[in-house]
Amino acid sequence: MPTIELAGKTYEVDEDGFLEDLDKWNEEFAQAYASTEDIQGTLTEEHWKLIHYLRNYFQQFGIAPMIRKVCKDNGIDMKKLYELFPTGPAKGACKLAGLSKPTGCV
Amino acid sequence: MAKSETPLLDELEKGKWPSFVTEIKKAAEKSPMANDLLHQLELSYKDRIGHWKHGGIVGVKGYGSGVIGRYSDRPDLFPNVQAFHTIRVNHPSGWFYKTDALRSLCDIWDKHGSGLTNMHGSTGDAILLGTTTDHLQTCFDDLSEAGFDLGGSGSALRTPSCCVGPGRCEWACVDSLDLCHHLTMNFQDEIHRPMFPYKFKIKISACPNDCVASIARADFSVIGTWKGDIRIDPAEVEAYASSDLNIQREVCDLCPTRCMEWDGRQLKIFNEDCTRCMHCINLMPKALRPGEEQGATILVGGKAPIVEGALLSWVLVPFMKLEPPYEEIKDLILRIQDWWSENGRSRERLGELIKRLGMRTFLRALDLPATPQMVKAPRTNPYVFFWPEDIQQEVK
Repeated sequence: MPTIELAGKTYEVDEDGFLEDLDKWNEEFAQAYASTEDIQGTLTEEHWKLIHYLRNYFQQFGIAPMIRKVCKDNGIDMKKLYELFPTGPAKGACKLAGLSKPTGCV
Repeated sequence: MAKSETPLLDELEKGKWPSFVTEIKKAAEKSPMANDLLHQLELSYKDRIGHWKHGGIVGVKGYGSGVIGRYSDRPDLFPNVQAFHTIRVNHPSGWFYKTDALRSLCDIWDKHGSGLTNMHGSTGDAILLGTTTDHLQTCFDDLSEAGFDLGGSGSALRTPSCCVGPGRCEWACVDSLDLCHHLTMNFQDEIHRPMFPYKFKIKISACPNDCVASIARADFSVIGTWKGDIRIDPAEVEAYASSDLNIQREVCDLCPTRCMEWDGRQLKIFNEDCTRCMHCINLMPKALRPGEEQGATILVGGKAPIVEGALLSWVLVPFMKLEPPYEEIKDLILRIQDWWSENGRSRERLGELIKRLGMRTFLRALDLPATPQMVKAPRTNPYVFFWPEDIQQEVK
């Protein structure tokens, strides 16, 4: 099992860097991980709003929400979503939120 | 003679056809990645199970699609394919490349990946097979520098594709190459940033021969067609009559709607019964040509049998003129995608959603009229159900 060290702690992740255990997530994890997803500096309020939204949705339904729902529920468009998470909502946002890897069609 | 290390794969080299195994073996002589791929594949055949893990999320900056993550589940045996990601490169309309473009693509791939390609995948993209995560961004940068862009993957608009159209074919009723390019450029966001319930494919054939099989493979199929009479050149008909072609048996008798008559001297076509199947035109290309007023039929709903069964696209717009800047078709695509995104469940294709909610709901959302051409299969009854209020009006 690959591991990653962030802010002095070691986390188990999969080969794409997604956290293995949702409950091991904490805000330091997200902040320390942000730079690997092309986010410079400190995570903003807008980042945190999305991260918490994703976590709540995942805890409730067991899957990541569809992108359109993410945009609608948070009042943002795709452009803004990619501005906040340049590597994309599936790769960037879900990874920082500690969700397991979204499954999808190639 | 030394015993082969890949006896099962060797079977796939037998026979007169080209073999992907032979190509991987050639690549394996200089690429450790290709070598491990070859041996992992042999193990997959032996174990009767694929040795790739399910899924993988990797990408390049600003894009949510175009790269497909692949990981071996036996990195202990095959360390060089521990990561073996696929990059999809948007192909040019009709797959027309200059050789120097192909060379630059291959040079980039030799530098960043296994050197193995799949030209082309079934969506149409040039597929670059096998690279590692740390090469993705640099490979993308080099591709961009050379004028290439990534194609679609995941729940996105997949790279639109089209037949060779007017570039090579005299039957083209629409400029499939130009339309494909326009749509690709217009829907960049939808291609690169997945935002749909599932994949969405657009394929354009310039005539009813449907050389890209858009009717079977696309959610949104555009098939060139014509209005009015098939054009006949009587002198050329006579020339065919005196050749080996038996016009009665091979042309008239095989016409699916029997809309042609041949009296030994003159060929008559009852155009009102013609379904534009192209059979007669294909057999007598010098004598018959599509009618003069040309455009396309728009069909929706086609898909392969994943999740639910296979569907063929069915008619949505019987005839649409297609000329730059193609505003009408772009607007139609946007409205369809919007309705599907709003109502579709996760991994529900457009055709499945229309089946679930009904054609009349779909038509009402698009503000399109029900027409007799909207049938499940040729020569069956229309299957659009009327709204109760419409029936009430009829009674009055």
